[in-house]
Amino acid sequence: MDNNNKSKSSSDSDSNIYWKENIRLIFICLSIWFIVSFGFGILLVDWLNQFRVAGFKLGFWFAQQGSIYTFLILIFFYINRMNKLDNKYKEGGE
Amino acid sequence: MDLQTLTYIFVGFTFALYIGIAIWAKAESTKEFYVAGAHVHPLLNGMATAADWMSAASFISMAGLIAFSGYDASVYLMGWTGGYVLLAMLLAPYLRKYGKFTVPEFIGERFYSRTARIVAVVCLIFISFTYIAGQMRGVGIVFSRFLEVDIITGLIIGMAIVFVYAVLGGMKGITYTQVAQYCVLIFAYTVPAVFISLQLTGNPIPQLGFGSELINSGSTDQATSQSVYLLDKLDKVVMDLGFNAYTESNWSTTNLFFLTLALMAGTAGLPHVIVRFFTVKKVSDARRSAGYALFFIALLYTVAPAIGSMSRLNLIETINGPSSSSSSESEDSKKALETAGTSYESMPNWFKTWENSGLLAWVDHNKDGKVQYAKGKAIADKSPTFAEERGPLGQRIVTNPSKGEIAQGAPFANEVFVDKDIMVLANPEIAGLPAWVIALIAAGGIAAALSTAAGLLLVISSSISHDLLKMTFAPNITEKQELFYGRVAITVAIIIAGYLGANPPGWVAETVAMAFGLAASSLFPVILLGIFSKRVNRAGAISGMLSGLIFTFCYIIYFKGVFIEPFAANIEENWLFGITPQAIGGLGMMINFAVAISVSYFTEEPPKEVQDMVESLRHP
Repeated sequence: MDNNNKSKSSSDSDSNIYWKENIRLIFICLSIWFIVSFGFGILLVDWLNQFRVAGFKLGFWFAQQGSIYTFLILIFFYINRMNKLDNKYKEGGE
Repeated sequence: MDLQTLTYIFVGFTFALYIGIAIWAKAESTKEFYVAGAHVHPLLNGMATAADWMSAASFISMAGLIAFSGYDASVYLMGWTGGYVLLAMLLAPYLRKYGKFTVPEFIGERFYSRTARIVAVVCLIFISFTYIAGQMRGVGIVFSRFLEVDIITGLIIGMAIVFVYAVLGGMKGITYTQVAQYCVLIFAYTVPAVFISLQLTGNPIPQLGFGSELINSGSTDQATSQSVYLLDKLDKVVMDLGFNAYTESNWSTTNLFFLTLALMAGTAGLPHVIVRFFTVKKVSDARRSAGYALFFIALLYTVAPAIGSMSRLNLIETINGPSSSSSSESEDSKKALETAGTSYESMPNWFKTWENSGLLAWVDHNKDGKVQYAKGKAIADKSPTFAEERGPLGQRIVTNPSKGEIAQGAPFANEVFVDKDIMVLANPEIAGLPAWVIALIAAGGIAAALSTAAGLLLVISSSISHDLLKMTFAPNITEKQELFYGRVAITVAIIIAGYLGANPPGWVAETVAMAFGLAASSLFPVILLGIFSKRVNRAGAISGMLSGLIFTFCYIIYFKGVFIEPFAANIEENWLFGITPQAIGGLGMMINFAVAISVSYFTEEPPKEVQDMVESLRHP
């Protein structure tokens, strides 16, 4: 990748790739976001409740605890990846 | 030292702290007034956002809601935290990159339209005021219960404090006070939870405690020495009393789904939360502070369900007696239920103090002098009314008792009315914790209410002085004048908020849910489309906002009748797809998206400079 080439057209296509990778990352994160909250916490809750973790029924645990922990992991994963992307495609400071 | 003195000391100390910060952080420019100079550290901004976001509803009401609805209340936990994932990935970084002061400003410029800007300002003001009324109410409850001043005096004190730091310091003052308020409120929330978790399960971490085994308190139980999980016992106890199981769902899946959706999108679309991300230095900081914010919020939100389940169990055992059903033999528990109840004279002190505040009431339906709690309504209306004189045992006489029928599945008639809002505040007293812990709760409740009120007041004032005056009707005013009008606007807003707190319209509780539905169905979709689509244009955005807003608003009015009589009974048979008015914002949001996109494709593209503006948001 020719990051040093500062010509207009190349930085345009660079930021295009940057945007596409960002969208892909968002898509992955939001899929997991959907699965743990709407999936495990609501739609599949009755089925998951047959399993237990300590004193919790699993579906109940996802609805009241697990989904929140997953949200946190997702955001920090996204921040980390985006910072790497930012550095890779950054053109000489903002 | 007695509770009252301790409470005065704690609350007085926090107030002194807030005023000290206000004097230190005076705003000198509009940039400092609107966005704290845009150089707040992401970690501090995360804390401030958490305090800004967690209102009296989160601090005072949520755990009570969980205590009484069990699994179903999970939608609030998921909805109010899941919104931050949307914020961090879909909105906050790009709005920071845009780099102006307010949300209507973005909508106005992105959709090149004064109308869009004004529609956004109207949504914003409506959402914010309904919210503030709830906060002021929270301040009133805490003052009247713990400091035993009347609600009006409490309100005036609260308003005066907010006035000092919000008017002087603007966003700058608010930010640093919110950081202090976060520390106060999280400490106040978790300390009692740790104590209670230790008491019940021996586990100091409440998040794990409510999934642990109970410590058998020896004397209660001789037959069964094996230990029981807290949630299993709670399920059994509430079912014995005729309620549905604590860990199971009672609502339709569709409704749970749409309510969660409305709360998540509503959270992401609330202007006072979004504007906090304008205060950091750069785009990556906006993402980072959304992460920190969720971390700080999660500290409270993962403790809340623990408090909910533990306080429910404590409440039942205090009233019906500890022997009610800790044994697994159903025969034994049936026998135990026959003698359930505690005589009024031997009820602990907290029961009587909360009875005095009118948020708790007892009707002796079976005339045995004992307090009993089960499924069913103890009183005829939504809240109790009291006679002047006292009953023979010293109890307050309720003038609107129910008929005292035994509810289906319940072993006896319910005699107790408990307002959900007292659970967090009374919890340390119910568990018999030391007085300083109870005093701490009072300071925490006030911090939660004030921090949110201040954030809301600021977005109201900035949308008036900046969006309506500077950008629309009086573009010629100087920065100094704008700053002056900002301060005037915030002062007027405080007075209106105080008035709403003192004379809460009957529909406050309804309209708070409405605020989320409206934010989800009006602001969230157009901001999102404004960033992620270059094709959505002025016509699409305005028609989308209006259709989402009007649909949601009308649906709520139809069943709740905010200013007029409702058109139809608010019951499941009448609801569209079984969706409650509270949850309808989720559907309104989808309508907004659909209308905005389809209208845009049938009308001409946005002008080149707007497309370039959107493009510029997408660069690293």
